[in-house]
Amino acid sequence: MLNPFTIVKRLRAIGLTGIGQRNAEFVLMYNQRRNYPRVDDKLITKKLAIAAGLPVPQLYAVVREEHEIGELHEKIKDRDSFVVKPAHGSGGDGILVITGRRGDKYRRSSGALLAREEFDHHISNMLSGLFSLGGQPDHVLVEYCVQFDPIFDNVSYKGVPDIRIISFLGYPVMAMIRLPTRMSDGKANLHQGAIGVGIDIPTGITRRGVWGREIIREHPDTESSIVGLTIPHWDELLLIAARAYELVDLGYVGVDIVLDKHLGPLVLELNARPGLAIQMANGNGLLHRLRKVQEMEKAGTLSKVPAERVEFSKANFPTL
Amino acid sequence: MKKTQLYLLALIIAAIGLAAFYYKWKVLSFPIRAAEQTELWEIQARVQFQARKGPNKVTLQIPRDPPGYDLIDEKFVARNYGMNIEQGKRTRAVQWQFRNARGNQALYYRATVYRDLHASEYSDPPPREVSPSVYEEPYLTARSTLLEQVREKSVDSASFAGQLVRALGTADNDSSVALLMEGIKTSEQRAHLAKGLLADRQISARVIHGLPLVQSDATMPLMPFLQVWDGEAQRWDTISAESGVEGWPDDMFMWSISQRPVLEVEDNPRARVEFSVQRTLDDALDVAKERLEAKDRNLVAYSLLNLPLQTQDVYRILLMMPLGAFLMLLLRNVVGIKTFGTFMPVLVALAFRETKLVTGVILFTTVVSMGLLVRFYLEKLRLLLVPRLTAVLILVVFLMALVSVVSNKLGIDQGLSIALFPIVIMTMTIERMSIAWEERGGAFALKEGIGTLIVAVLAYLVMSIAWLEHLVFVFPELLLVLFALTLLIGRYSGYRISELFRFRALAADPVEPAPQKAD
Repeated sequence: MLNPFTIVKRLRAIGLTGIGQRNAEFVLMYNQRRNYPRVDDKLITKKLAIAAGLPVPQLYAVVREEHEIGELHEKIKDRDSFVVKPAHGSGGDGILVITGRRGDKYRRSSGALLAREEFDHHISNMLSGLFSLGGQPDHVLVEYCVQFDPIFDNVSYKGVPDIRIISFLGYPVMAMIRLPTRMSDGKANLHQGAIGVGIDIPTGITRRGVWGREIIREHPDTESSIVGLTIPHWDELLLIAARAYELVDLGYVGVDIVLDKHLGPLVLELNARPGLAIQMANGNGLLHRLRKVQEMEKAGTLSKVPAERVEFSKANFPTL
Repeated sequence: MKKTQLYLLALIIAAIGLAAFYYKWKVLSFPIRAAEQTELWEIQARVQFQARKGPNKVTLQIPRDPPGYDLIDEKFVARNYGMNIEQGKRTRAVQWQFRNARGNQALYYRATVYRDLHASEYSDPPPREVSPSVYEEPYLTARSTLLEQVREKSVDSASFAGQLVRALGTADNDSSVALLMEGIKTSEQRAHLAKGLLADRQISARVIHGLPLVQSDATMPLMPFLQVWDGEAQRWDTISAESGVEGWPDDMFMWSISQRPVLEVEDNPRARVEFSVQRTLDDALDVAKERLEAKDRNLVAYSLLNLPLQTQDVYRILLMMPLGAFLMLLLRNVVGIKTFGTFMPVLVALAFRETKLVTGVILFTTVVSMGLLVRFYLEKLRLLLVPRLTAVLILVVFLMALVSVVSNKLGIDQGLSIALFPIVIMTMTIERMSIAWEERGGAFALKEGIGTLIVAVLAYLVMSIAWLEHLVFVFPELLLVLFALTLLIGRYSGYRISELFRFRALAADPVEPAPQKAD
């Protein structure tokens, strides 16, 4: 048991950003509220991304009203696998991953079968705003289910591992890959038991991981090593994160990307209040990196070219 | 830049709050603790005389701005008499008139006074120059002999007057004093004699009257005092007409500085006035309020103290809510406890006020857990969100009624106080808890539920501190200080205590990275 003051001192030394600091100094300062809908509503994000030429999972259908649920079955009858998600969902809540069918029923990624009425009920819940921030009525997106890159087969338990990159003023400052576990029920959400693995920005190689509050090197379900993995398409991923800044005009944003077997990187969603667990996964604090970018901001030497920003990040933000 | 502005704003707001608080506390004497007792004096002057035929006119000198005291309340009791108040420069007198009085008459003047150390000392204008009267022998010689004797023992006009009064008190061994004191019995008359003697030496003097505020059942005489004008200090020096001692006693209440007799009843020299003094204790808050009312009506008219009592009770509770909310802010943003909803714990804490703590916690857990069971069943029916919430709400009301009925049957009174529980809040808690249960697991839901309960209990404990409640109600400006603190915490960017645990692993070992794989 460490003395709390020692903990504070150590955390300061590694530049750990607390939730208060993240909110007061970064989210409130760099993210204008009027731009929030661009990331809070996944439909808007998707449209912006398509307009900017960023790759996103193909949108199959949108459900806005209760009565449209019935028509949905018709619209997606040719699709074997798809994902249903609330447009305003957060933290992966309410997302339904369908990987197959059996007669009238849908098969979830967990393998469980979902009766049609259960499926309808779930969508109806999403529409009523059960999963949205503040509980306001929502709409539902049905989109392409990512066929994830086999490179992660050994280190994920069902579900889709995704890559989170935090982009500050367009500079990718920190990255991690989130691996679903048995505990997280295939969801790539750290709160629900997924693993976060820090990625070294210059090389795109995973360095260390965190599961809950525990620092780990092997996947708890598969026992394969989670460190030393090289993330494919790394430069492309960094470029997407860098371009997200211009896309939504939010200074401090988390970019969630998945790697598809055939399509390569696809932007899943953006987050205006990205979590802090990424620091745990990297074993590094965000603050020193954020301050470096702030220094450039003060000096007026921020780059407008995403590629240049990526170069800077690769030179300056190694995970130690 | 923006932070400086914030600090400045917070500082100004806090300063305003504290200054207003200090003023009310120190100057207006609002009590800082509940049920503080203040000493009050009830003074009564009873005028008694035998009425004669024709109009009867009574003039009684009464106090005006007595130094060191506040007049809180005055009453004039005189049946059938017409009354008016005459204001002099520094004096005040009540005049009673009645044409057809018969027999023994009793008129009353009653005043309630409060000792106020901050009451303003008024300054007297200098008196007119006095000139000595002309006296016949042997009085002229006696006067100058006495004055000459006294002058040798004194240094200034005050000590001169003091010595004079003392000399007049020792009539036995001095022939000139004995001559002057002929027919003079009371200290009142002696004071007037001294005043005349001082005038011989061009010293302005006056006789004023004080009433000693001492608890006593007997009637109190007014005490005459001699005051001489100190031309250098521009003030009146007071000398006791009894003993010649300088200074105004602390417990002396200045009745009047009028040079006219305290009581005048036209053509009726046998009229008497008697004084009595009664000490009472009163609630300090009431006294402060009454004093303020006597001084400046507006200040009280626009304060919470003048609201109807029921409304005051509501505000006593309402004004405590910011404290509960502030505590919750600390617990959430500095400590990092997770709760359901932002202000829900404060509302639950308010409900606890009615039920008391232990019962409240038991009722809350009972209703919420029973509601959860029902909610889990409703989940199977696949209801839409709003109908489901309504259904849960109806059931919550039923559950509460059930708890009341059962506890009544068992003879537990506390179960009856459940009615004020925030039903909608509980419904939302049940809904959110069941969602959290399904999405994040029971442990997570319970953790947040318990966090909510802990914050509610702490908020309740803070909100039920009686002296705090009194303080905030009497000095609502203290909430400005709370407001300033809230603004400051609004920019708190340090670690939360919970984060120290969350990120402890990072601090524990100087984490050594995995070796880089050679490509």
